[in-house]
Amino acid sequence: MKKLFLVFITICIGVIFISRLFYLQVYTTKKSTIFDDNAIRKEFTYPKRGFVFDRNNKLLVANQPSYDVMIVPNEVKPLDTTLFCKLLNITKQKFISTYKKTYRYSPKIPQVFVSQISKENYGVLAEKMRKFKGFYIRKRSLREYQTYIGANVLGNIGEVNYGDIKKKPYYRKGDLIGRAGIEKSYEEVLRGKKGVKYIQKDIFNRNIGSFKNGIYDTLAIPGKDIKITIDHDLQAYGELLMMHKRGGIIAIEPETGEILAMVSSPTYNPNDLVGRKRNANYLKLHKDTLANPLYDRSLQAQYVPGSPFKTIVALVGLQEEVINPKSTIRCVGAYNYGGKKPLGCHCGQGKRNLINGISRSCNSYFAHVYKQTIDKYENPSESTNRWANHIKSFGLGNYLNNDLSVGNKGFVPNGDYYDRRYKDFRWRSSTTISNAIGQGEVLTTPIQLANMTAVIANRGYYYTPHIIKSIENKTINQRFTTKHHSSIDKQHFEPVIEGMYQVFNNGGTAQTLRIPGIAICGKTGTAENKVKINGKSTQLTDHSIFTAFAPKDNPKIAIAVFIENGYWGSRFAGRIASLMIEKYLKGYTTRKDLENWIFTHSLENEYKKPYSGKPFKINGGAALQVIENYTKPTVN
Amino acid sequence: MTRENKGFKFDWIIILLFLLLVGFGWVNITAASASGDINSYLDFSKPYGKQLLFILCSFFIIVIVLSLESKFYERFSSIIYLISIIALLGLFLFGKNVNGATSWYGLGSLTIQPSEFAKVGTALALAKFLSDLQTNFSTLKDQIRAIAIISLPAILIIMQNDTGSTLVYTTFIFIFIREGLPLNYILIAIGALLLSVLSLKFSAMPITIITICIVILHYFFIRKKKYQQLKYLTIVAFTFILTFGATFFYNSVLKTHQQNRISLWLRLEKNPDKLQKMKRTFAYNLIESEKAISSGQITGKGFRKGTRTTGKFVPEQHTDYIFTTVGEEWGFLGSALVVIIYVCLIVRIVILAELQKTQFARIYGYSVAAILFFHFTINIGMVMGLIPTIGIPLPFFSYGGSGLWAFTLLLFIFVKLDSNRINEW
Repeated sequence: MKKLFLVFITICIGVIFISRLFYLQVYTTKKSTIFDDNAIRKEFTYPKRGFVFDRNNKLLVANQPSYDVMIVPNEVKPLDTTLFCKLLNITKQKFISTYKKTYRYSPKIPQVFVSQISKENYGVLAEKMRKFKGFYIRKRSLREYQTYIGANVLGNIGEVNYGDIKKKPYYRKGDLIGRAGIEKSYEEVLRGKKGVKYIQKDIFNRNIGSFKNGIYDTLAIPGKDIKITIDHDLQAYGELLMMHKRGGIIAIEPETGEILAMVSSPTYNPNDLVGRKRNANYLKLHKDTLANPLYDRSLQAQYVPGSPFKTIVALVGLQEEVINPKSTIRCVGAYNYGGKKPLGCHCGQGKRNLINGISRSCNSYFAHVYKQTIDKYENPSESTNRWANHIKSFGLGNYLNNDLSVGNKGFVPNGDYYDRRYKDFRWRSSTTISNAIGQGEVLTTPIQLANMTAVIANRGYYYTPHIIKSIENKTINQRFTTKHHSSIDKQHFEPVIEGMYQVFNNGGTAQTLRIPGIAICGKTGTAENKVKINGKSTQLTDHSIFTAFAPKDNPKIAIAVFIENGYWGSRFAGRIASLMIEKYLKGYTTRKDLENWIFTHSLENEYKKPYSGKPFKINGGAALQVIENYTKPTVN
Repeated sequence: MTRENKGFKFDWIIILLFLLLVGFGWVNITAASASGDINSYLDFSKPYGKQLLFILCSFFIIVIVLSLESKFYERFSSIIYLISIIALLGLFLFGKNVNGATSWYGLGSLTIQPSEFAKVGTALALAKFLSDLQTNFSTLKDQIRAIAIISLPAILIIMQNDTGSTLVYTTFIFIFIREGLPLNYILIAIGALLLSVLSLKFSAMPITIITICIVILHYFFIRKKKYQQLKYLTIVAFTFILTFGATFFYNSVLKTHQQNRISLWLRLEKNPDKLQKMKRTFAYNLIESEKAISSGQITGKGFRKGTRTTGKFVPEQHTDYIFTTVGEEWGFLGSALVVIIYVCLIVRIVILAELQKTQFARIYGYSVAAILFFHFTINIGMVMGLIPTIGIPLPFFSYGGSGLWAFTLLLFIFVKLDSNRINEW
């Protein structure tokens, strides 16, 4: 025993050591990459971010240099702080506190001292920089918007946050990422790929050569330039028309699904979210919860569709063969469907068929169509399901699956929905009769409404509305070049289109909005709406809605305009739609009086009213606000 | 027997293991001390160049050691011991202070550390004393004499502030055990050590109570003989002294840096702020060394490809922390191999020692094995965080002339003694 004691202990120690080695080197080691090794410095080279052009090759978004003053705290030597602060435009207290903060973070690591100094400051500072040891200037690239419009379309970029880094390891602290609009949805295309150099460093942070002779190093791949489907001039015109109103406009080219304009109002200048003022401006926009300029009303806002919905109610009726273009009813100013109170109608009474039903927007006629459709089968639930499937085939009630960074589903109720809602009640067509005139449970976003109009313009199909035209000569995603057919047969569209054409003719709801020389089809809409103010449901002035396409044959543009609290369809939305179509098709507008009416009439008071705390009148009871001495805004 | 055979009956296994360690050690010193391109391995301004020179010198030492008569070492052991002691004493007059320890002689650019050589002297003197016919190790008188032989150099070294080198002398307890000291002693020593460490880790009171409970239970239920109250009371008293003594020793006797090392080892610090500070100060070495070893993974990063080694992240890497280079650049396979080589070397020496015909050669062989064992255990245990930081070199591996030469001397005296066994009739 004594003879072997040392041998025994030696072997024990050997086993313990090998176990410990196993634990350290094999068991606990994660699959670590060179990125985790703090003995290797990763130096990134940032690629140029891709430019954005509109459909006519107008440059919308480019890049501009920006300069940050950087500090390496422990390299700072005594300096002329007064001069330095003056050059940087900061106070001495700020200088001291920032210095302390950076020193506490790390004396050795370069950090931002003052970010994004102006070009003028840079010029002066660059000359004197050698006087200030421990400080240097770092150049970064920021976005430069060559336009003041399209903030909701173009979006913006901002520094990544902790969550982004966690989700996408590509990004590192301080990197920029698309935050909204196409900057977000085409982030990976636009940003390119940054290059990386692996440099071995020693304990004192000195470079001691490239890691493994640079076999892992990569070059930066520049971001790709993209062309979007937006027509800059049309978009700008739309935004101009929408000043002092809230709502959205979507214009689509029906034969391709390309979005020509995408206006959300109120909006802001995209340049406000670039550079040093970004945070302050963003906060200001973010805090404006009533006007909510960061909310894209053209894509996100879900409204009741109102009368434009009648067009597809009619199409479903035709497809289900419960009506034909010749069938008529007599409107007596109301439709008695068996409810407590008959459904009112303002069409002027008389014999109504499909065409004058649409052109005069007769509620009775469409209540009749809807009732026929739902009563076609014994079970209202089954026929409502059939009806809902037809409606959904127009791209309503679900995401369009497009390339925009935000969106909403809208809502199309089906039979199952009403079964759930009226559990203990035998509901019938009369229960859901409001759907006939777009006032029921149906909700749509302006882009869905525009797409629905495009389906009618195309006589039965649509391409997913999208914003990308081309990425550096590469063809766009196949999902935007695939036709989606609606469940309505082609022949049923002509009578409906004829009705929409008659809207602009004698007796039609938009007869004053005809465009000289262009055959235009459209549908007005007036939607009752309520909001909760201080927990109390309050009815506000009706929304003004308009959908249209033109020309009647071989349409080039389909549009949906939605103006919150604009009272009736042709009052604001119709005027705007008509002007937009003319502008797009002709390149200029002929009806200056119409244009001027839009410019000089504001709805700002209308929006303030419900929150004033005082009682207020709506619809016809309220006076329309007129802007005196209107001058066209001139922004750069 | 022919004349040719006579001179070359050395134990080639030991020599082979020695060469492996020295060679591989030099490879790692090169990796740890080179910066940028190496123009010439004979660049004597760099540690790897110097070490090459030291290795060449050690070959001269081997030739000299092996060519001397083996009787020489037994006869002159007392003289060698005396010279060692004088050399240690001389440090008080001529010593050069490096890192707070006065344990070097400066000879131009060369520094010599006599404490390394003193181990050889002590081993020889102890072997000589214990193998003497007049020595009876079972008597207390001779036990004290033996301890005195060991203590003298140990005390001189601790006075020069070199705690690590002093602790090496505790390893001679293995010789005492082999030569008849009851195994109980070592069990008591281990028990005492365990008790002190536990009371530092979990505070003295609970450990004392638990131990006393165990003693009382033993007294009433397991005790075989009657009337042993005194023995049990002694144990209880010792428990008190050890547990509270350890805490007192830790708080009042140890210097701050020693306290820190123990606190780091036992993870005594719980305050997160202080832990953060620890990471930047005294825990830095250990953290970096464990990180370097871990980063090697299974196969290592390859010679001079270790990022932490080339970046000089581990301080003292070519000397006491040389094993981290093995860990990073040669991975688990390389490091395990080094451990196995050491184990083989020590086991081989013990086996050969047991085969010796003379008591002197056996005891000396044992001393060699024990010293190598101690250095191996402490050094590798330290870099892997298993024991508190004690700065002693890894034999044949670490950079340094004195260390390499002293270990070469130590080992090859045994090889010579062993060859005599084979050559003799």
